[in-house]
Amino acid sequence: MSSRTVQPGLSFEYVMWIFTRISGLTLFLLAGIGLISAFALGARTQVDLPTLIRWTFFPNPNHVINSNIPDVTLGWANAFWQVMQILLVFFGVTHGFNGLRVVVEDYIGQSIARPFIRGLIFLLWLFSLVVAVYVVLFS
Amino acid sequence: MGLKRRVGFSAGLKYRGGGPMWAWIFHRVTGIAMVLFVGTHVFASFFMQQTGSDFATTINIIYESWIFQIIVVFIVIFHALNGMRIAILDIWPKYQVFQREALWLQWLIFIPIYGLTIFFVIQSAISGG
Repeated sequence: MSSRTVQPGLSFEYVMWIFTRISGLTLFLLAGIGLISAFALGARTQVDLPTLIRWTFFPNPNHVINSNIPDVTLGWANAFWQVMQILLVFFGVTHGFNGLRVVVEDYIGQSIARPFIRGLIFLLWLFSLVVAVYVVLFS
Repeated sequence: MGLKRRVGFSAGLKYRGGGPMWAWIFHRVTGIAMVLFVGTHVFASFFMQQTGSDFATTINIIYESWIFQIIVVFIVIFHALNGMRIAILDIWPKYQVFQREALWLQWLIFIPIYGLTIFFVIQSAISGG
């Protein structure tokens, strides 16, 4: 099992500990804005649950197979919602992969594989961000 | 100042931490599950859109099926509410003494949100949506 050293001051673990809290609350904020906007932009009357969730979290023109609402691009295809999607993706992906790193490092302890696993998770995080930003901006 | 833990699996099973312990375990499990499921869904959507791959489409059909959505909605809502409880109690640590009450409150909030979502998911599944 793991043994860890706790040092006072601004360490990487401390920054990520704070980031986890802040990004979690930020995701609540972004989801709330998305949900309210989805209702305001016409989800009240014509939308089923998968489409509502899609509009809330990722209002992208071609994303989900189960929903084909024709006017999905009208209210959403602008720079504001692209910035919102990129923010959501950044906070979500970083929160998720940092959590994966914390859990994995909890169970592997101080082994020789630790830097490699950390590097692998870092590469996965970077790849996810690049793919997501590409989908948001150029699809 | 190192903390050494030498706790095996069977000894870990005997630990009776109660509700907060299970919330901690569920938080880890649902977090990993979310990285796995939602990450797979995101990459499958990417390849579905870019290459029109049949495999990616199959993954998304499974992901968006109502049975899978019941599981995913549980995972997401539980992780979100539990994370909010953790964040609130970490911001105001003096309320940590009300840990168990906060957990009860968390389930009181969870049940109507999850129940309502599941009601609509199953309703649209029955009506063939």
